[in-house]
Amino acid sequence: MENCKKTALFNAHESCGGKVIDFAGWALPVQYEGIIPEHEAVRNASGLFDVSHMGEVEVKGPQAADFVQNLVTNDISTLVDNQVMYALMCYPEGGVVDDLLVYKFNNEFFYLVINASNVDKDYQWMLDNKNNYNVKLKNVSDEVSEVALQGPKAQEILQKLTDTNLDDIKFFFCNREVMVGGIKCLVSRTGYTGEDGFEIYASNKDISAVWSKLMEVGKELGLKPCGLGCRDTLRFEATLPLYGNEITKDITPLEAGLGIFVKLNKENFIGKDALVKQKEEGLKRKTVGFELLDKGIPRHGYEVMADGKVIGVVTTGYMAPTVKKSIGLALIDAAYAELETPLEVVIRNKPLKAKVISKKFLNKNYKK
Amino acid sequence: MNVLKDLLYTKDHEWIKVEGEKAYVGITDYAQHALGDIVFVELAEVDTALSAGDAFGAVESVKAASDVYIAVSGTVIETNEAVVDDPSLLNQDAYANWMICVTISDKSELDGLMNAEQYEAHCK
Repeated sequence: MENCKKTALFNAHESCGGKVIDFAGWALPVQYEGIIPEHEAVRNASGLFDVSHMGEVEVKGPQAADFVQNLVTNDISTLVDNQVMYALMCYPEGGVVDDLLVYKFNNEFFYLVINASNVDKDYQWMLDNKNNYNVKLKNVSDEVSEVALQGPKAQEILQKLTDTNLDDIKFFFCNREVMVGGIKCLVSRTGYTGEDGFEIYASNKDISAVWSKLMEVGKELGLKPCGLGCRDTLRFEATLPLYGNEITKDITPLEAGLGIFVKLNKENFIGKDALVKQKEEGLKRKTVGFELLDKGIPRHGYEVMADGKVIGVVTTGYMAPTVKKSIGLALIDAAYAELETPLEVVIRNKPLKAKVISKKFLNKNYKK
Repeated sequence: MNVLKDLLYTKDHEWIKVEGEKAYVGITDYAQHALGDIVFVELAEVDTALSAGDAFGAVESVKAASDVYIAVSGTVIETNEAVVDDPSLLNQDAYANWMICVTISDKSELDGLMNAEQYEAHCK
């Protein structure tokens, strides 16, 4: 752990009793009180996460919009100022470099938020694809800290610390000048839990004050500090993909079921030709939801079988805390993707009964 | 961390309580704490013949699955279905809630195990 990078909130984690682990080279809490109570706090009240390990890249210049439009799969030409969009960066072969949030501050200034484990790779990828675009790229990951305030009480809690009317920050919009307890923050109504909530960005020196002020005013509304453990169970129940699980360089967004974030009709973007071809030829693999019918818990990497042969692999699985079922996502041979198709998941060398179910495990509680 | 005096321990954090020719096996307080909320327990079936070092089941937290190993050879004569039905019992009291009971086939295998004092040192 000595070799891990520490976020500006490291001391807060230790004093809150966080169980710190190495996550992508960062010393971060996997849990405080426990994954289940933290998961439930986010579904029923609110939770606060340190997500300072996320990477941020600024894209500035006259051709910022054109550069981003070429870089990502979604159509950013539809964005207005201060709107946020989920998108993916793909390789020319169609596999995923990373998924990201694209913040449009204005036509000449975009802000890209990327996964911690991919920061160096992503930034290099952006530089490699800068070509002749008149833009300046700056990796500001080490200067920016971020917390995620998530759950049905998130707005009520944050509103106690700011004069900005949070009703004015709609789902997938942001405001760069929200004073949170006297500290200027970038605040977006975004998150990774399937609940209403905000992601709050501030400088490294200011984030501790933001964290402690939120904890202080949130306590009476049931706010709990939350670790990476429940971040994963929450995003999984909301069917939000995780890089390395549902999407990798060997899995395309179409195979991952993220086609709505891939605009094949836009002029051009890296990976378009391969994805158009894959769509025309029909998907050979699809990502499905499944429920385990026998007793057990499916996990990332377990084999999926049908008709006596291996037809795929579990990308994520859990005994889901809110859904209260043993469920998973699996990338499988498209021939077996119909709802109700019987499958088997191999757990400790035993094939256990499962069936394909809808990937909509949970009704998302977004405030739109 | 709680360590009981009259038990034997493995380096993988299982405990063994010897009663005549029988041995009760479970996981230690250290293990349940490290795992966090335990949500699933799977145990070898009665009559299974186990060799020292075999997995006799698995304990799963929300986050991960961990095999549990038996340090002595023997045949399973009883399983504790209470921990299968309610895995959180292991979090509540890891020593009161044994997992399997075996007949010991070779008592000399017990010699390699740690006593409470040694185990406490092992966990540091």
